[in-house]
Amino acid sequence: MIKLEAKGVDFYYSDFHALKNINMQIESNTVVAFIGPSGCGKSTFLRLFNRMNDLIDGTRLTGQCLVDGKDIYDKNVYVDELRTKVGMVFQKPNPFPKSIYENVAYGLRVNGVKDEKLIAQRIEESLRSAALWDEVKDKLKKSAFELSGGQQQRLCIARALAISPSVLLMDEPASALDPISTSKIEELIYSLKKNYTIVIVTHNMQQAARVSDKTGFFLLGELIEYNDTKKIFLNPDKEATQNYITGRFG
Amino acid sequence: MKRFTEKIIEGILKLSGGVTSIIILLIILFLFKEGSGLFNNSSIEKGYVLSVNPANPVKTLSPKQVKEIFDENITNWKEVGGNDEEIKTFRFEEIFDLYPDEELDGEILSQRLSDEISKENGIIAFLPERYLLTSFKGKLLESNNVSLSEFFLGKEWFPTAVPAAEFGILPLLLGTLLVSFGTIAIALPFGIAVAIYLAEIADPRIRKFFKPIIELLAGIPSVVYGFFGLVVIVPLIQKIFGLPVGETGLAGSIILAIMALPTIITVAEDAIRTTPRVMKEASLGLGATHWQTIWRVVVPYSISGIMAAVMLGIGRAIGETMAVLMVTGNAAVMPTSLLEPVRTIPATIAAELGEAPVGSTHYQSLFMLGCILFLLTLIISLSVEFISGKKKNNN
Repeated sequence: MIKLEAKGVDFYYSDFHALKNINMQIESNTVVAFIGPSGCGKSTFLRLFNRMNDLIDGTRLTGQCLVDGKDIYDKNVYVDELRTKVGMVFQKPNPFPKSIYENVAYGLRVNGVKDEKLIAQRIEESLRSAALWDEVKDKLKKSAFELSGGQQQRLCIARALAISPSVLLMDEPASALDPISTSKIEELIYSLKKNYTIVIVTHNMQQAARVSDKTGFFLLGELIEYNDTKKIFLNPDKEATQNYITGRFG
Repeated sequence: MKRFTEKIIEGILKLSGGVTSIIILLIILFLFKEGSGLFNNSSIEKGYVLSVNPANPVKTLSPKQVKEIFDENITNWKEVGGNDEEIKTFRFEEIFDLYPDEELDGEILSQRLSDEISKENGIIAFLPERYLLTSFKGKLLESNNVSLSEFFLGKEWFPTAVPAAEFGILPLLLGTLLVSFGTIAIALPFGIAVAIYLAEIADPRIRKFFKPIIELLAGIPSVVYGFFGLVVIVPLIQKIFGLPVGETGLAGSIILAIMALPTIITVAEDAIRTTPRVMKEASLGLGATHWQTIWRVVVPYSISGIMAAVMLGIGRAIGETMAVLMVTGNAAVMPTSLLEPVRTIPATIAAELGEAPVGSTHYQSLFMLGCILFLLTLIISLSVEFISGKKKNNN
C-alpha cells in the first residue's frame, strides 16, 4: 500500500529552485532513508509531508504531495490534523522546557484529550515504544532538560508517538548524538517499523544502510536514484550515486 | 609611542566612566541630603511662633490641630486637652485693626502684642518671632518636628498652609500608585496583544511597517501627549461618565498607557522573538494550532522578558510628570476611584518646587518626595534585573 507519494513536485525558496520534478512512492511500514550532500533538498522534501515548509516565508510548491492518496496541499486540509497523522522528529533534540511527563502529554493536550488516566496510559506506552520508560519512570515530573542528549531525542520520539501518527518523519535524528545513543535510536527505528512508516534523512551512510529498506539519493534538488537499500549500496544504477556512496564527493 | 597613546585613551575612558558615576551618585546624595532635613524642621513657618495665654495648660499642638483651630473647626480648648474655654484666634495682622498705625511704632507694637495675649484667656496667636520682647508675657507653644508617621501616614497635603503646614504624602503616594495600576491595567493587555501579533502573527511586511511607527511613539514629547489628553481624552471621559470634571486618574492612566505602550511592545516583542524556532516547530509538529503554540510554548518561554517589559512600562508610568500634571486634575486628596482628580508625586514636585523657598520645610518635603520616587523606580529596576537575571540562569 502506498503511504506517501510525490507527483511532479517542484519547490522554490523565493527564487531558489530547491526541488526539481520529484516523483516518489513510499510504501506503508517501511523505513526509507534520504541521503545526499548538504543542500541537496532532502530535508526540504521531507518537510513537505507535514507541511513544515509552510512556516518559511516566500516558499512555493507545484505538483502534488499525497498522504494516503489525498493531496495534503488541498485547500480543505487542516494542517494541524495532518500533523497528528504525520509526526516529526527534528535534528536537534528539542524538548519543551516542561517536565518529562508534560512533554509527552503536550500533543494529547493540544488535540483535546482531557482524560488524565488516558493521558498517563498513553505516556507510558509511548515512552516504552521509545525505549525510554525504564530510564525515566521514576522522574517523570523532572525537567526534560535533565536528560542526556540521547534521552532527550528519544523523549522527542516518544512525544511524537504519543498522538499515534501513522508516519514518522525524522530529520537527521542522530546527527547530534554520540555513537551509543545513535545505536539506540537506530534500534528504535527498526522496532517502530511494524507500526509506522518512517522516513529518515541522514548524512551517515552506514546508518542508512543499517536501518532502511529503501534509499533515495538526492543531488542538487533532484532525486537521482530511489531503490532498495541493498541495490543502492551494492550496485547503484547511476554513476553519481556510486561516487557519493564511495565517498568521492559529498 | 603606540603604548603611550593606548594608555592615554584608556585613561580618558576610565575618567569619563568615573566622572559619570560620581555625578550620578552626587545627585542621589544631594536628593537625600536635601530631603532628610525635613524631619529636623517644624511644620510652623520659620521665624514665626504660636503663643497662648500664660494660664493655658496646653503645651503643644500638632499641625493638624493648629490648622483645625485656625479654620475654626476646633473652637474650644478642651478639644485639644485644655480648659473648657472658647478659642480665640489671633493673627499678627489683626493688631492693626485694634490700634491706629501711629500707636504701633517700634517697641510699642511688641508691647501691645504681649498685652493682647496676656489679657485674653482663650487666645492663640500666630506671631513673627522678631516682635517678641524679652519681657513677652505669652506662653510659646513648643513646636514639634515633622514626624515620620505624619509624613508617611498623614492624609493631608497642605504644604503652604499658615500657620501650620501639613505634609501627609499618603494621598500623593496612593494617587501615584492608583494611576500606575490603572496604566498597567490598560497597557498590559494591549501591549502584550500587539507584541504577540507583531512577533508571531503579522506578515513580515506589516511588522517592518508597524515596528518603527510604534517606536516613534516613544519619541513624542510628553507635553504633546498631555495636550492631546487634555483636549481629547479629558472631555471624552467627562461626557462618557457624566462627571463634573474630566481631569481624573483615569485620564492620566489612559495617557500613561499610551506612553508606556511602545516600551512594553518593543521589549515584549523582542522577548517573544527569542523563542527558538525548533520549539515552535516541535509544537506545530505535534498538531498544535498556531494559537495553541503561542499560548502554550511561546508565551511561557518568553514570560520573563514579557514581565521585564511590563515592569519597565510601570517604571515609565510612575516617573512620568508632564502629561499626568496636565490631565489628572491635581487634587491632593485621598483617591477613592479612578474617576476622581488625583495628584501624583512627580506632578506635585513639578507644580510646587517653583514656589517653595529654598531650604524651607516645604522645599525639603518635595525633595523627600523625590527620594521616595527614586526608591520606587529603583525597586522596579531591581525587579526587572532580578526577573531577567533569572531567565539567564534558566537558559
